[in-house]
Amino acid sequence: MAGVKNFPFLSILTLLPLVGAAVVAFIPKTKAQLAKTVALVWSLVVLVFSILMWIAFEVGGTRFQFRESYPWIPNWGVRFTFEVDGIALVLLMLIAVLVPLVILASWNDAEQTKRSVPTYFALLLALECTMIGVFAASDIFLFYVFFEVMLVPMYFIIGSYGGQRRQYAAVKFFLYSLVGGLFMLAAVIGVWVVAGENSFDWQTLVNADIGTEAGRWLFLGFFIAFAIKAPFFPFHTWLPDAGGAAPAGAAALLVGVLDKVGTFGILRYCLPMFPEASRWFAPVAIALAVIGILYAALLAVGQNDLKRLVSYTSIAHFGFIGIGIFAFTTQGGTGSVLYMVNHGLATGLLFLVVGMFVARRGSALVSDFGGAGKLVPVLAGVFFFAGLASLALPGTAPFVSEFLVLIGTFTVHPAWAVVATAGIILAAAYVLWMVQRTTQGTLNPALAEVPAMRQDITLREKVVVAPLIALLIIFGFYPKPVTDVINPAVEATMNDVGTQDPGPTAVANGRTAP
Amino acid sequence: MGDLKLPAIDYGALSPMLILFGAACLGVLLEALAPKRLRHPIQLTLALAAIVAAFVAVIVSRNERTVTIGGAVAVDGPTLFLSGAILLLGLVAMLLIGERSIEHGGAFVSQAAITVGSQKDLKQAGSEPGATEVYPLTMFALGGMLLFVAANDLLTMFVALEVFSLPLYLLCALARRRRLLSQEAALKYFLLGSYASAFFLFGVALIYGFAGGVQFSQIHDAVATPERSQVLLYGGLALVAIGLLFKGALAPFHVWTPDVYQGAPTPVTALMAACTKVAAFGALLRILYVAFDGVRWDFQPVLGAIAVLTMLVGAVLAVTQTDMKRLLAYSSIANAGYLLVGALALNKSGLSSTMFYLVAYGFSVLAAFGILTLVRDADGEATHLSRWAGLGRKSPVFAGIFTFILLAFAGIPLTSGFTSKFAVFGAAVEGGQTWLVIFGVISSMLLAFPYLRVVVMMWLSEPGESTPTVSLPGAMTSAALAIGVLATLALGVAPAALIDLTNDAAQFVR
Repeated sequence: MAGVKNFPFLSILTLLPLVGAAVVAFIPKTKAQLAKTVALVWSLVVLVFSILMWIAFEVGGTRFQFRESYPWIPNWGVRFTFEVDGIALVLLMLIAVLVPLVILASWNDAEQTKRSVPTYFALLLALECTMIGVFAASDIFLFYVFFEVMLVPMYFIIGSYGGQRRQYAAVKFFLYSLVGGLFMLAAVIGVWVVAGENSFDWQTLVNADIGTEAGRWLFLGFFIAFAIKAPFFPFHTWLPDAGGAAPAGAAALLVGVLDKVGTFGILRYCLPMFPEASRWFAPVAIALAVIGILYAALLAVGQNDLKRLVSYTSIAHFGFIGIGIFAFTTQGGTGSVLYMVNHGLATGLLFLVVGMFVARRGSALVSDFGGAGKLVPVLAGVFFFAGLASLALPGTAPFVSEFLVLIGTFTVHPAWAVVATAGIILAAAYVLWMVQRTTQGTLNPALAEVPAMRQDITLREKVVVAPLIALLIIFGFYPKPVTDVINPAVEATMNDVGTQDPGPTAVANGRTAP
Repeated sequence: MGDLKLPAIDYGALSPMLILFGAACLGVLLEALAPKRLRHPIQLTLALAAIVAAFVAVIVSRNERTVTIGGAVAVDGPTLFLSGAILLLGLVAMLLIGERSIEHGGAFVSQAAITVGSQKDLKQAGSEPGATEVYPLTMFALGGMLLFVAANDLLTMFVALEVFSLPLYLLCALARRRRLLSQEAALKYFLLGSYASAFFLFGVALIYGFAGGVQFSQIHDAVATPERSQVLLYGGLALVAIGLLFKGALAPFHVWTPDVYQGAPTPVTALMAACTKVAAFGALLRILYVAFDGVRWDFQPVLGAIAVLTMLVGAVLAVTQTDMKRLLAYSSIANAGYLLVGALALNKSGLSSTMFYLVAYGFSVLAAFGILTLVRDADGEATHLSRWAGLGRKSPVFAGIFTFILLAFAGIPLTSGFTSKFAVFGAAVEGGQTWLVIFGVISSMLLAFPYLRVVVMMWLSEPGESTPTVSLPGAMTSAALAIGVLATLALGVAPAALIDLTNDAAQFVR
């Protein structure tokens, strides 16, 4: 086992897609088919490799595993340090699962833009490299590097291959994230100087003594960056534009993975490094999260653009993740991490299916559909399932996580939990109404004239949706493999924050009485 | 009458600037002697050889730590590092200056005295090779910069200031195309530069009155135990600083920069953006760290305010620009602000990080202006932003290089722009100047927008009817671009070696 433990899983996993990106980028434009195949095979190799890593991960072992550390800039104490805890591990798995499906789903997307096909798939693989790196890094400098570099491939994917208003959306996405990133840069420098250890190592900085006031300012620097990334209300306005303009596959990665960097960052960096500040800011964070749930859900109800609608639902979901994190209970925390995974699967599926509709109809407007179920019954069925998963129907995976978040929050903030529950009702409203307006009811005559709409779900599309549907159902009934990995990491994080789970009320009172 | 005693001169320590000045004088002679046809290859070879020789001389004397010529010149870590930086950047700029294959006859006018728009002018614009005086002029400028960063008293510094400024004024006026703009730029630069020099000289006089000497060690001692009016000290410091801030293009003394950067021949703009910045900040660092560190608490807030103003003015005005050269000019102003943030840390890492920034920025900006010389249409360089639409389709390689440089300017990691910003901001936080870092971060956010707009133009916009072509660069421009881009990448990915070097060099002698 010792050999497996010391195998440099994480650095190889990070570099592998980058090598793939370089290979695909050098395939000539004319050989589009070859580029797609290489990209798909490459992403599958990454998937296999990460499954091996998942197997090698010792559940119940030390909190951080697969640690690797190589010097980079010795004068500043910057190192290439990689290590993962359970939280990072499940998110890495999510990336590894989603990317091949997105590549398969985007099979014909790039051709429609008259731009280079190999470049598109090279960008997707480059994006995968930075996404893996950001979750695997355990050196704050390295984390920051991935956090920022991640913007570049996504910027070009949205800007070059997106739909209408893609330039505006790409620039808005880049600038919002960059603004957050620069706040974080200031905070990173601040932590480095205040800790005075000349090190960016996560462990060292968590143990360093950072004063109360400095801690609060630095927390704020990190928090703003992550809140923009997630996005939390009121920093969310870039997401509907970016999600609406990005090609469907990239949008699935954007909300499914990229945005998780925000919530992951809060859990991994904000909470353990600045426990006092986290507790101090928690009421504000929870309030913003709850506002986000309700506000985004209301806006989602009113959307006429499917991709924007899904983006807004995503903002509402991030509100749930937010309250789960800042409730500081193990249940809430585990629920949040599980939510990140399930949301990646459910919203990823929803975006991909929406992409299939949009590819057929050539429009993302709800009003351009209507009665589509009569033309493409199976695809409409998948769409309905994705919607149900997204609204957290019992039996699908998101239900487990949403329920955990709500009870985890209820034990400490009953009022907020009750208000947040209203978000579930709104979720039912926007999902069901969306499904009804697009696939049910009388057939839109204009829709029937679109020849592509006569093509029901193809084999390629079936291969894309099947794994996601399967995972959503399996984790809906049996989330244990994931929760077992997450739980110790979440407990350790809550321990870093210095909060105890409240027990059942009667016992707690008896125990805490002096 | 006593015998005049000559001070001891350490020729070895002075050899880099002596080589350059010697080669420059030789170049002037060659102008008179060499046949016209051969002047360009001879002058260019001489210039490149002289710069390389001077760089070798810097490396040979890398362990020299001395004050020589009666205290007029200090050869120490920062001097040697900055001299090396000026020479390397100057070498790359010289490659751009010497390029003749992009435009027939090169970027320079053959006879600057011909009236603009006359028959003769049209004739020379089309066919005659450019003036070869630019090579000796550039070498004089570079030699002056070497002396400027090494000057250990205010008078030597003033002489060096003039030695490197006057050739630059001339070089600005020598553009082959858009000659009126070029001449206007030169005149503006000359007039404003003269004012700045006058301020500097007046400041020197006041400080002489305060300290009873112009050597930095004397000033340092006088500041520590003041015997005369503090008004002389502060007045003198302020006036001297104005002279240096002008050369460094810091607000509110920056107004010449966009006009001069736009009007000057692009290779000269590159030279000014890279080398003049190094020289100006080298001198500023020496004055602040060596002579006036006794009153650091008095000048720190004032210069801090100037840094904030510079960063904001540079960033905000860059947003509104529609001309590439002006955009880069305002970006260079904002970058001067970041440099001042590093300098104001007033500690060892402040010194080393500022030196790091100067080198990193210099290489990136050289590459940026190098690209600018390539994007042309029938009228010369096409610098209007709208003309760059869709360039990424036509020539993805150059658009890719330029995008990379812009990302570096925006401070995206894995480029030197990020490591250098990190270095100066880190030093400033360490030096207790967190407020400067906050403004630095805010201005970086603003500044990202204009860079991004160029990227959008190149890649995401459809090519227009009038999208200019990208000329195939000659060997020298290619070399300059390659050096600039590789340095930008290398200093972003593996900056450790240069950081070590700046740390070792970060010790002034007094």
